[in-house]
Amino acid sequence: MSGGAIVQPQSKTAVTEEQIVRYTFQERIIHWVNGVSYGYLLFTGLAIFTPYLAWMGTVMGGGATIRYWHPWIGLVYMATIIQMQRMWRSDMVTTDADRQWSKNIEHYVKNEDDKMPAVGRFNAGQKQFFWVMFYGALVLLLTGIVLWIPEYVPRSLHWVLPIIVFIHSAVALVTIAAFMIHVYMSIWVTPGSMKGMVEGTVPSAWAKTHHRLWWQRITGRKN
Amino acid sequence: MSNGTMEVKAISGHRGGTPGSGVSRDYDVCKLVDTTTCIGCKACEVACLEWNGYDFRDTTFDNTYQTMPDTAWNFWNLIRFNEDTDADGNLQWLMRKDQCMHCADPGCLEACPADGAIVQYQNGIVDFNQEHCIGCQYCVTGCPFNIPKFNDVTKKVYKCTLCSDRVGAGLEPACIKACPTGCLHFGSKDDMLFEAKKRVEQIKANTSHQNAGIYDPDGVGGTHVIYVLHDATNPEKYGGLPSNPRVPFMVKMWKGPLKWLGGLGIMVGAFGMFMHYVRFGPKRVEGEEEKKA
Repeated sequence: MSGGAIVQPQSKTAVTEEQIVRYTFQERIIHWVNGVSYGYLLFTGLAIFTPYLAWMGTVMGGGATIRYWHPWIGLVYMATIIQMQRMWRSDMVTTDADRQWSKNIEHYVKNEDDKMPAVGRFNAGQKQFFWVMFYGALVLLLTGIVLWIPEYVPRSLHWVLPIIVFIHSAVALVTIAAFMIHVYMSIWVTPGSMKGMVEGTVPSAWAKTHHRLWWQRITGRKN
Repeated sequence: MSNGTMEVKAISGHRGGTPGSGVSRDYDVCKLVDTTTCIGCKACEVACLEWNGYDFRDTTFDNTYQTMPDTAWNFWNLIRFNEDTDADGNLQWLMRKDQCMHCADPGCLEACPADGAIVQYQNGIVDFNQEHCIGCQYCVTGCPFNIPKFNDVTKKVYKCTLCSDRVGAGLEPACIKACPTGCLHFGSKDDMLFEAKKRVEQIKANTSHQNAGIYDPDGVGGTHVIYVLHDATNPEKYGGLPSNPRVPFMVKMWKGPLKWLGGLGIMVGAFGMFMHYVRFGPKRVEGEEEKKA
């Protein structure tokens, strides 16, 4: 599944620009369930991480409530990110072009996109973000299950509990860094990407600028 | 404590010095458990349940004189029993009253993320406030003595309070009151250490237990429950009393460096992204600028 299909502009609407389907309905729903559950996990996790952010837990229902729901919402997050991996596996494969892209990331950061190699449906940064969140989720799941029911850990293995708490927090912080960049990129740096994830379509020119190889594949045009 | 302000400092028309002036008095509390005079009668177990309002649980018989394998959320005081054979082949029954040690450097308190769920009083008592407990059991990860116990129904953690409700009213803990042999003592930490030292000297002078000593582990800053042991060189044989208990290193790493690095990283990251936007702004779609221009 790689999105696709050109939507012909409807003559009645004011928007006459050609639109391309960037994300299907299923992809959008999965993404937003995943995103909202991550937001809940972020708020409740930080509330437990530091007293200075305990207010985030208060907003989400208070300490005992968030301790109860955090693991369950974690399962929702896990289920949806596994589904994302199934949907986007082929789109998320790292290629030689991606390595080239990563090498030139300085130009991307400085918005000198004309110096960047053309990218497919996702650029190397998006792919790295996805894999950080995916493998991070696996570690968070495995450590999280232990922290969910530590009363079943035998006394002789109690020594691993502080290590597991540490790993769970440290990996969560890595995903937070990635998540912050993801939100920043989508809302501020790349105008139009939010429309793609909400409405499902992006203007043809947007696709041509940011994902040229994908645009060429979908439209069958060269430029 | 407010009593400190009522200490006599100077007396009018008084010959010589002021009696008691400059004498400091510690208001901390301490429980001294003399394992050498414990007979394993379990009166302290019963007194603990009775005072704290818990029903007696079913006991587990496993061919020892121990009531059950471990303490529980509603069973805070357990006489641990061990049949020990020393180097000379002498059989010895070891009885140790196991309960919260009320550490001066409490790992449970350090690990706990819930505001006000664990408090340490000036007198040394470490107490759990279940109304603030969120049930995460991080206290379990911080405790080197395996004391906090989880109740699966209330989703809260419980442990010995050192009878903070009784101590606050000027009474001794319930277990102390019930002990028939006088192996349990209660007073200030200084007084209990003094009593313990006297007892250790007495044991060494009159018995073959030349390794007798006091258990007041430095790794957790000392404890407000101390033991006199026949053999202080091997506390493990007293039902798994750790020889060098410490707050786990990873708890300190998590509560220290990781917390600060994480918070700093998030703030620096947010600021960095703001600066990036100010400097470089958004990416433009090709042809857009020409249209606007």
